[in-house]
Formats: sequence, structure tokens, C-alpha cells
Amino acid sequence: MAYLFEMQSLSASYGADNVLHDVNFKVNESDFIGVIGPNGGGKTTLLKVILGLLKPASGKLVFNNELLTEKSIGYLPQMSTGDINYPVTVTDIILSGLMIQKSIISGMSADDRKKADLVINELGLSGMSKSTLNELSGGQMQRVFLGRAIIGDPKLLLLDEPGNFVDTTFENDFYEKLRDLNKRMAILMVSHDIGTISSHIKSFACVNRSLHYHPSNEITNEDLLAYGCPIQLVTHGEVPHTVLKYHQ
Amino acid sequence: MGANIFQYDFIIKGLLGAVFASITAGLAGTYVVSKRMVFLSGGITHASFGGIGIGYFIGINPVIGAAVFGIMSALGVEYLSVKQKIREDSAIGILWAFGMAIGIIFIYLTPGYTPNLMSYLFGSILTVTNADIMALGIMSVILILYFGIFYRTILYISFDEVFARTYSSYVDIFKYITTSLIALTIVLNIRMAGVVLVISLLTIPPNIAMLFTKVYFKIVVWSVIAGFIGTATGYTISYFAGIPVGATIIFTLVIIWVIVKGIVYLVKKISKQKK
Repeated sequence: MAYLFEMQSLSASYGADNVLHDVNFKVNESDFIGVIGPNGGGKTTLLKVILGLLKPASGKLVFNNELLTEKSIGYLPQMSTGDINYPVTVTDIILSGLMIQKSIISGMSADDRKKADLVINELGLSGMSKSTLNELSGGQMQRVFLGRAIIGDPKLLLLDEPGNFVDTTFENDFYEKLRDLNKRMAILMVSHDIGTISSHIKSFACVNRSLHYHPSNEITNEDLLAYGCPIQLVTHGEVPHTVLKYHQ
Repeated sequence: MGANIFQYDFIIKGLLGAVFASITAGLAGTYVVSKRMVFLSGGITHASFGGIGIGYFIGINPVIGAAVFGIMSALGVEYLSVKQKIREDSAIGILWAFGMAIGIIFIYLTPGYTPNLMSYLFGSILTVTNADIMALGIMSVILILYFGIFYRTILYISFDEVFARTYSSYVDIFKYITTSLIALTIVLNIRMAGVVLVISLLTIPPNIAMLFTKVYFKIVVWSVIAGFIGTATGYTISYFAGIPVGATIIFTLVIIWVIVKGIVYLVKKISKQKK
């Protein structure tokens, strides 16, 4: 299986604050990796480095240029970034995912609009193309931002805490969708909620300053302890949840 | 005959002023309202009064002084809030009053002829010069070109700056250019509506448009149309009734807002009943 990118003893820092240390990490085609770890452990920083928003302090990030360029990465940021009351339609938001492939002066072609329509249908948003975000539910909003991330047909999809703004009702739909997308792109999903994601991912990486890769989706307490990777599990009363494995 | 030529000139000036004011205010105003920068724009407006005062004092065109002050205060707020970690609304409040204070001090210190303060505070078409109209016309062309050429880029940076940074390294440049152009738009419209009222010229038309459309581009178009109707009507009423033009324009715009709001409400009610 061909790799998409590789980090070689990569470190990243904000000023003197060393957030990622000596990371060796390889992502292949058709991977579906959950990135877990405590808050402030460097999960989002890892995404920033891949997106080119933060230059490595040392070490290297190598793209397999035959398969992956900076323009073929799709990104779903945490919910808080866009203004939901902004006068911009679902179609226009999804189209903005194409800006990475365009110059600052380009408009959108009829072809681009066709692509947007396809994505809108694929994500079950038909009939909402002319709506603004404040008319949508949390789950629909999330699919709009997912649409923006995938309209450019990326080879790698980066998701930052997608569980944060989704109602539990939409959660399964959403992960189901990701499983479909995984047939044509690798996915790297940051989450602190390991309980929810573990049944959907193929493998996981634990990030807590350093990065430990675990090539299956079964996570034991021993793994977590060994990696120094504390996580929090929260259940809400009667909400059904899965216990993955009992442990002494 | 002489009176007729004077009147003719007066009408042309008013008409062109209304066209250019509504184009510039519609384009800048839609951006300001969408991005929730109304308070910042109010701050820029009042801070630019400092430039008017200094302009009088040292004997240059007050509009040039106002333009310098307007742009500097816009960038100053950004500097104070981002670099110095002062709350943005506090930074705006400080520059707002500081600009007004400087303006009043320097106008007071200006020897001899005391300029007509009222015309700057509340607007007066009588003091609008051909050069002012021409400046507004040039500004209209610049804004149409700027927003036309970079439409998608400006829209997406304004909607979601964090995401825009993932694909563009021009985010800050565009923000500074757009804010500076808005400051210039405000300053050039001060002659029409005055320091106190110009912010409404930017904010009321987009709010009229937003009553019935939510597509950014359409808001711009309808803002310009609503702005023109408001300014032209206000101008005419002010001429015949002999009342200040800025106040009349803003009054007319608010009336239009109320009427459109009522129509939208009725249309919704009727279409609901049909269902």
C-alpha cells in the first residue's frame, strides 16, 4: 500500500512551548486513523503541521507527491470557526472548498456548481442548497462543512473533533458517511471521545507530546497507560453506549 | 436664468452624490453588517473627526485629514486588540472619543474663520464640492472593481477566516485592504450624511435587503437600490422643506425599512394562509 505522507522525527512548537516531540508517523492510502489524546496534547497541532499552517521546528514532513499535494487535503475544522448567521448559502459554503485549487481572482464555473450539487445530494442536503446555516440543524451544518472538505475530491481528509457539534441522532449517519468516503480517501480524525470513534476507525494514534501508533481499533487500558495517554469517557444517563472490552 | 443654472447644477450634484453614496455605502455596508463591524465603523467615523480638526488647523483639505485618521484608527483598533490584548470594544471606545476630542481642540485652536462644524457633524449638501463628488465617484469604481474581482476571496475570508487561512496566505492583506477601503468610504460619505449619521447610511440599506434576501451578492445590489431611493428622496425632501440633508436621508431610510418589514410580514402571512 502506497503512503501519502510521512513524518520523520518531527517536532513542532509555539515559541518555546514544545507541543510535538520526535514524531514518526506514516499515513497510507485508505487509512482511517483516530487521533486521540488529552486536551493540549498536540492533536490539533498535528493537523496544523499537515495543513502547512505550522512549520516543523525540526524533523521532516514528506509528502508522496504522486498521490498527495497540499491542494488535495480536505479539512473539517472545529465548529467554532464560521459565523452561522453570515448571509452565505449552503452551496456557496461548499464551493469555498474549491478555493484551495483556485487563484484569488477566480469565480466559480458551471462545472464547479455541478460538483457542489453532487456533494449536496451525496450528503443528503438536497432542498437546502439555498439555505443559510442558521436555518439548519447541528447535524446538517456539520454535513455542510464536510461537503466543503470533500468537494475538491481530496486524497486525505482531516477531521478535528467532528463529534463536538453533532447531535447523537446524527452521529451514526455521520460516521456511516465517513466509512463511504474512506473508500476513496484516507481519513485522519481527531477526537477526545474514544468511546464513540473506536468502532468506526481502523487504527488509532495516541498523541500526548509524542505520538504512538496502534495498528488496530481495539484500545485497552494498558495501551493507554503505557502511552501516558489519559482519556475521558463520559456517558449520559440512559444514552446507549458500547463497552468495548472489560478489563481487570 | 442664473438661478436656473444654479438649480440645475445643484440637482446634478445631488443626483450624482446619491448614486455614488449608495454604491459605496451599499458595498462597504454589506461587508460591515455581515461581519458585525458596525461598532468598529462607528469608531472609525468619529475618530476621523480628529483628522478634520487637524486639517482645518494646518490648512489642508479636512477630508484628507479625515481619511488619514480613519485608516489609522481602523488599523489602530486591530493593533490594540490583537497585539496589545486590549478588548476590541474598549479599543474602539477609546479611539472614538479621542478622535472627537482632537477634532474639537484643533477646530477651536484654528485662528480666524470658524468652520461650519454642523456641516461635518450632520452633513450638508450645500458644502459638498465637485471634488467631493468626484472622489466619491472614483471610490465607487474602486469598490466595484475590488469586490467584483475578488468577490469569492473576500466573501470566504469574511465568513470563515480560520478556514481561509488553511488555503490562502493572503487573509491578513485582504482584511487590511478591505478595512481601509471601508474607512475611506465612511470618510467620503461624511460630507453627505455627517459624522453622527454616516454609519446609518452603511447599515440601514443592507438591513433592508436582508429582510427579503440572504445571498450576499443580492444584499449588495438591493442595498445600493434601497440606498439610492433613500438618499434621493431624503435629498429632495430636505431641499424643499429646508431641513438638514443627512438627518432627512436617515429618517427616510428608516421609514423604508419599516415599510419593507411590513410588506415582508404581510407576504409571509398571506402565503401561510394559502397553505
